[in-house]
Amino acid sequence: MDNIAGQKSGLSIVTNISVIALVLIWLVPTLGLLVSSFRERAQISETGWWRAMFPVEQAYRISPAADGAVQEGDLWVLSGNLFENEEGLGSGTVSGFGITSRAPGAAQPGQTYARYEVFVMEDGEQDDTNLEIAYPADGEPEFPAADEDGNEILTDPPPTFERSLTVQENGDFRYVDADEIDRAPSVYITANTPPEFTLDNYETILTSDNMDRAFINTLTVAIPATIIPILVAAFAAYALAWMNFSGRGLLIACVVGLLVVPLQIALVPLLTLHNQIGIGQSFLGVWLAHTAFGMPLAIYLLRNYMVGLPRDIIECAKVDGATDFQIFTRIVLPLSFPALASFSIFQFLWTWNDLLVAKVFLPSNSESWVMTVKIADDLLGSRGGDWGILAAAAFVSIAVPLLVFFSMQRFLVRGLLAGSVK
Amino acid sequence: MSPALQGIITIIIGVGGCAAYFYASNYVLDKFVFPARTDDHGRNISRATMIRPWLFLAPAIFFLSLYLVYPVVGSFVRSLYNRSGDTFIGLGNYTQMFSEEGFRIAFFNNILWVIFVPAAATFLGLLVAQLTDRLKWGNLAKSLIFMPMAISFVGASLIWKFVYANNPEIGIINAVRDYFGMNPIDVLQIPFWNNFFIMFILVWIQTGFAMVILSAALRGIPEETVEAAIIDGANPFQIFFKIKVPQIMGTIVVVWTTITILVLKVFDIVYAMTGGNFDTEILPSYMMDYMFRDDGRATAVAFVIMVVVTPVMVWNIVQARKEMN
Repeated sequence: MDNIAGQKSGLSIVTNISVIALVLIWLVPTLGLLVSSFRERAQISETGWWRAMFPVEQAYRISPAADGAVQEGDLWVLSGNLFENEEGLGSGTVSGFGITSRAPGAAQPGQTYARYEVFVMEDGEQDDTNLEIAYPADGEPEFPAADEDGNEILTDPPPTFERSLTVQENGDFRYVDADEIDRAPSVYITANTPPEFTLDNYETILTSDNMDRAFINTLTVAIPATIIPILVAAFAAYALAWMNFSGRGLLIACVVGLLVVPLQIALVPLLTLHNQIGIGQSFLGVWLAHTAFGMPLAIYLLRNYMVGLPRDIIECAKVDGATDFQIFTRIVLPLSFPALASFSIFQFLWTWNDLLVAKVFLPSNSESWVMTVKIADDLLGSRGGDWGILAAAAFVSIAVPLLVFFSMQRFLVRGLLAGSVK
Repeated sequence: MSPALQGIITIIIGVGGCAAYFYASNYVLDKFVFPARTDDHGRNISRATMIRPWLFLAPAIFFLSLYLVYPVVGSFVRSLYNRSGDTFIGLGNYTQMFSEEGFRIAFFNNILWVIFVPAAATFLGLLVAQLTDRLKWGNLAKSLIFMPMAISFVGASLIWKFVYANNPEIGIINAVRDYFGMNPIDVLQIPFWNNFFIMFILVWIQTGFAMVILSAALRGIPEETVEAAIIDGANPFQIFFKIKVPQIMGTIVVVWTTITILVLKVFDIVYAMTGGNFDTEILPSYMMDYMFRDDGRATAVAFVIMVVVTPVMVWNIVQARKEMN
């Protein structure tokens, strides 16, 4: 029906553009997190992740060894190459340099950056101050008429040279000092760092931050909590779908009603109960809670599916003398595989992603933290500003659900449809 | 014993135990209680048929009643007692709660959530479902918009913390503001509107859900009705609003109510984004503030949530009964 009356091609362009826009809004936040998780901490704080593909200008502090200093006339001179013996200084091209951490890129490569002691007239009195000045390496400094504060710079007494630094693009430098150079001077350069992606954040989070433990805990919570309810719910669903007994309608209504009972209501009474019967806050408690909380949806989904199975097959089996137990295990259960798969995916995603039940029913020590609790209670607090670590942690926690999601989307969609629309 | 090993044993005991229970109880019923091979076999078979459903249902009923029905009563009873649970104070927890500013803010915000989130998610879901319907890459688009469904609320909150970050080198919103020369702002601290920034996270998650279901409903619309409208000269907007939407109204309502119920349960997003600060508290997160500290108050909040959900519950049951008849 693409080219029928009433469908204009202009509309289709608008449609395409709006869908692209929506998809971008939906995708960009996750993409940002993914990109950030592979970036170095220094790069994250320098530029946004959307510029991760471009070089970052970063400042470095270098202290070249003072060993090679020689005396030339009154001055002491140290020269060499800044990139020697220094690793990780970006592309090896200096984009700016300086002699203070305040202004690490004050001068351009090829210039000389010098500090003079100058005399100024401040409030009618002569005073001295430091002045940093950049000038071509083969030229002479030209002093301005006034300093930053607007005080007049005197030409008499003339400015006295303290030290200067000349750096070339390739890192060759010449450091001149009025005093003897007996210890390594500090020089600053800015260099363009090429985009760099590392697995450091993941390594940190998995080795030193106990996230591996949390990952195992999450898995430990999710798998039994997914498997155990299935059989219990399947038998019940079969009874509600294919067996005749009084009270069936009422029970189905109850299940539908229980679907919407807010979990919050169950927390306090059940925790009290668990404490009384000795389960306390433990993995067993979480498994029981998840099993029960997933039960209404499981029964509802499976019953809806089983009701739709062909009546003939089941009646034939009954005529042939099969008991309900045999019909269930040999016919209904295998045929219901798609619904079982749908429910398992739901339950797995739900238990994996759950924060509330884990917070309440698991012990609150860090040994039993699942990933959601770890992120929400620990990392967001203690590492609140460490975006690379946070991003990596988030991705460790959403990797498995995303994998399940993309590999079994078909079942998920089918389950959603069975659960919501008849 | 390590929890993982404990987990494996629990799976074996849990699944094996269930299987053994179902098998053994059936066996006992058929062989010993009401054996079919006696003089009385006719009556025995019918009696066994009467009992068997309850054998099948017993474990499920046990879980449902202990973990979902009992707590409704248990929570209500507990909410009538004081903090330590030894003194009956009637509705004291409720009256004290209603008089508090914090509860009123949470309640008001919750109303905002219940109105905005289902409406926005359903609207966007319907929009995407309709727009992608004829698109060649529609399935890919749907898949990407559906993806947040798999992400935990905590993970989603973290993803959006990046977007909302105050630092223009991290948060994309402030990067855009920065580009236009505006000062960075912390959107989570703007009074009132910060709620909407938090709500949007849930909209972002739930739109995929609405889209999947509404998309299936749109596909289920009989082609003839659309064709007839086209022949009558209806434009695409008329077709959508006057032909398609009325036919899937039932599904829209189902999606709407499902998301509404979810909204009343989600505490994770507020908890991770602001911790309830800056007047963003909602009832579920307000309850968690009292959990472990004042069980009386916590159960009172839980019961308020339960009361708010009840109309939806009744409506759901009525609908389900209609369908079965």
